[in-house]
Amino acid sequence: MIVSCLFTLLSHWYKNPLQIFAYLSGVTLATALWSGVQAINLEAKVSYKAAAQTLGEGQYDLIRPKQDEIISLADYVKLRKSGWLVSPVVDGSLDNVRLLGMDPLTLPSSFLFANANLNNSIGDNSLFETLITNKNTAKKFTTNVKFLFDQNVAPDMAVGDISLVQKLLNKDNINYLIVNPIQPLEQKELKEIAPHLTINNIEQMTDISQLTDSFHLNLSAFGLLSFAVGLFIVHSTIGLAFEQRRAMMRSMRSMGVSLRTLIISVTTEMMFLAMIGAVFGIVLGYLVAGLLLPDVAATLRGLYGANISGTLQLRPDWWLSGLVVAVLGTGLAISSQIWQITKLPILASAKPRAWMVVGTSHFTLQIKVSVIFLILGAICTIMFDGLIAGFALLGALLIAAAVALPAFLAWCLRRLQKYSNTPLWNWFWADTRQQLPGLSLALMALLLAVSANIGVSTMVSSFRLTFVSFLDQRLAPELFLQVTNKAQSYDLSTFLSERGIEFLPLMSTETVISKQPVELFGIKIGDTYRENWRFLDALENPWDTVHLGKAIIVNEQFARRTNLWVGDQVSINPNFWLPIAAIVGDYGNPKGQVIVNEKLFGNLYPQLYPARFGIRTDNPAELQAQIINKIGIDKNSIIDQKSLKSFSMEVFERTFLVTSALNILTLGVASFAILMSLLTLADRRIPQLSPVWALGLTRSQIGKLELFRAVLLALFVVVFSIPTGLVLAWVLLNVINVKAFGWQLPMFLFPIEYLKLGLYAVCAAFLSATWPSLRLIKTPPSDLLKVFASER
Amino acid sequence: MVLNLQSIHKSYLTNEGRVPVLNDVSLTLLEGETIALRGESGSGKSTLLHIAGALELPDEGSVEIGGKELSKMDDTGRAAVRRKDIAIIFQQYNLIPSLNVAANINFQANLSGPIDKMKVTKIVSALGLSGQMGKYPEALSGGQQQRVAIARALVAEPKLLLADEPTGNLDEQSAKSVLEQMLKLVAETKTALMIVTHSRDVAARMDKQLKLLGGRLR
Repeated sequence: MIVSCLFTLLSHWYKNPLQIFAYLSGVTLATALWSGVQAINLEAKVSYKAAAQTLGEGQYDLIRPKQDEIISLADYVKLRKSGWLVSPVVDGSLDNVRLLGMDPLTLPSSFLFANANLNNSIGDNSLFETLITNKNTAKKFTTNVKFLFDQNVAPDMAVGDISLVQKLLNKDNINYLIVNPIQPLEQKELKEIAPHLTINNIEQMTDISQLTDSFHLNLSAFGLLSFAVGLFIVHSTIGLAFEQRRAMMRSMRSMGVSLRTLIISVTTEMMFLAMIGAVFGIVLGYLVAGLLLPDVAATLRGLYGANISGTLQLRPDWWLSGLVVAVLGTGLAISSQIWQITKLPILASAKPRAWMVVGTSHFTLQIKVSVIFLILGAICTIMFDGLIAGFALLGALLIAAAVALPAFLAWCLRRLQKYSNTPLWNWFWADTRQQLPGLSLALMALLLAVSANIGVSTMVSSFRLTFVSFLDQRLAPELFLQVTNKAQSYDLSTFLSERGIEFLPLMSTETVISKQPVELFGIKIGDTYRENWRFLDALENPWDTVHLGKAIIVNEQFARRTNLWVGDQVSINPNFWLPIAAIVGDYGNPKGQVIVNEKLFGNLYPQLYPARFGIRTDNPAELQAQIINKIGIDKNSIIDQKSLKSFSMEVFERTFLVTSALNILTLGVASFAILMSLLTLADRRIPQLSPVWALGLTRSQIGKLELFRAVLLALFVVVFSIPTGLVLAWVLLNVINVKAFGWQLPMFLFPIEYLKLGLYAVCAAFLSATWPSLRLIKTPPSDLLKVFASER
Repeated sequence: MVLNLQSIHKSYLTNEGRVPVLNDVSLTLLEGETIALRGESGSGKSTLLHIAGALELPDEGSVEIGGKELSKMDDTGRAAVRRKDIAIIFQQYNLIPSLNVAANINFQANLSGPIDKMKVTKIVSALGLSGQMGKYPEALSGGQQQRVAIARALVAEPKLLLADEPTGNLDEQSAKSVLEQMLKLVAETKTALMIVTHSRDVAARMDKQLKLLGGRLR
């Protein structure tokens, strides 16, 4: 019986191919964008995990040499003899691949990856001539060496025995030592054995996957938004299909199909079709992800220094999640229709209900639901902290706006109808109101897409303005350079001082302050800092107090994470506290930074010297040439202000390239939703338009009015989207950015951009409505007459 | 006995309160027997037909179809009775627009299992639908659609055939032809028939005529 029912239900789609196209494409688009984003995120996360596993990052304390020092074989032997259970690692680059040399005999037993692979190689007697890497990376090698393939090795990395890697890299010393978590109870202090070495604790290291979490969450949020927009098409099509099949279902019930069988059949049918759409969606998602991945990889490398694989793999985790989300989304979309079937009396009138004019009470209900979502969003923000709560607020705002949209449109149309003074326009406004229920889902999708575009573009453009101003402040010197040793640093300082050239030496080290891993800077306070840096908050004369060594400057990220603000005391080391004199905006990195004057820094870290310099000059090119000639600094270590700014801006633009691409895709999906709604509704329009045609309006006039209606509704949506988008931008700038990156950005408005976006949306609606309107114009009079013959 | 309705009461809730429609109605129908049910508009004819067709339950009273008491059954049980024992012909035909004539005719019979193709051919031929099997309902005239509805009902081999104004939408000539063919096939299959009609002529062709007045049978 179920087969008979399924066949009958499916026959509807055969007679309405456009509807099944809309349904399948809705599921496909929703799944594609979601699974595409998930594929990118997963690929990145797998790369982070592989890198952490390959390097042992975040698992072990590491011993590293201090500035300008090295770890020699003798140091290693001395440490082992003193009871330190350490394992040497050689790290270098060959053929653009990072090479890691490890010693399998001394590696901690918990270093599973390296142990498993290196020990297996020992078994093959090929340890000293084999590098372990993945197939893609192996292709990059031009050096003649054997490979053992392991897809778990991070991209652009290869691991081998230390002796092999030293030979390949042509180096003798050791880069760092892995400290075994289990150490003898008694052992000499490190500084006694090797004072030129220092130990980095796990907590001092930056966890790349934690740093990039916010970036991936942003991508997921966009994926979810696109999924929601796609789901609007699905919901709209399912709604229409159910309405059109109401009579069919009644007939089936009257002929003996039980309610249970009908529900099972409908669910099976819709899920079966959803699965087909989902499979198409996953394929499309794979293609989208493949196109976006290189940009995402570049962004992650530029912004966080994270290497991710540039090639996409078909991993079950993301395609299964795509399939599950498609099924759940469709399930959600059909649940209300299934509920209607359970309430469908066998003898109910066959007249469609969902698409007729809904009463004022329905709109009042929508406004109430909208207010409830706003309250839920507010509660979420007040009660919970973190990025998820921020996104919940965003979601609640968008849903509230979408739910309120039909009520807003109905109100506008009622006002317009009230002021219309000709029968034609009176009919037009009333007829437009009648179309609202059928079009509302597509219009909601357009609202979401346009609002998201306004919100995100406001955020990005505000960020850009702030970032440019930040670069002007931070990159005031005309030349930047980095020295490689203490002698160079001294020579450069002398060279510049002798010529009376203003320069800004910069000392830095990574440390932990107030339980946060931070970068501590020692700076020489001068006019450049005083004239260019703008503080978010500061005590009186902050530069003077910092210059006297009586205060520090911190970046916003540090202040927010530690909840320490201007005037609060910060422990620089266990016995030394200083107040915060100023908080500076820092949009170049997500890390916390603390700034002290150079003298204080020198006292805290006497062995460190300035390795980076900013130089003020009117003739950067000439000075650059002189420095290269006289000091012997490599030309690649010097960069002028213009190049550095353009590089920084390039990183910035690339960061939001994926966001822009997803923005455009979402707008595209929304336009498609309008097209599908108009096309699927077109057949139902004929009985509504036939009387108007019979009364004297030409088909051409009716078609043009249909086109005008679509443009007008899109215009209303754009008007409604602007405040929605601006609220969205405010949340992005003041809630999401703060949670994700630790900085708050000022909000700027860009009316011309909104106007352009509005124009795009209206054009999209115009293009979407053109085909249905043309179809209407070309409808033969015989079809219009059928309405009166009651043969439809 | 194919149909046994005893002391049926039915009322509907309206804005004006509860309005009684059927008041202590009892009726029996034997195999091969034909009954015409007449009455003014709103007299409860269709309601009685729907109760007999297991589409609605009475407020009070018992409904037995082929010896099975409906009030004790759930939706699935009543659906099974509709599927196997009853067929209904509606004034609006209620064909499934996305199925062609052949699939529409076979639909109800298919729900209960394999169909007797010889029988289908015979009924289709008797109703003059042989050349229309591949067409969709929208391409048929009203008379043709009603013939398809009759064929669909008879192919299902019901014990009880219920028809609600089956010729109400047809012109005189078509109505006469459709009725002739329906009665002929009903007689051949010894199907019990209850027909709701306003037409005296149609009613005169039945074994019995009953009239609903004030919610009671006269």
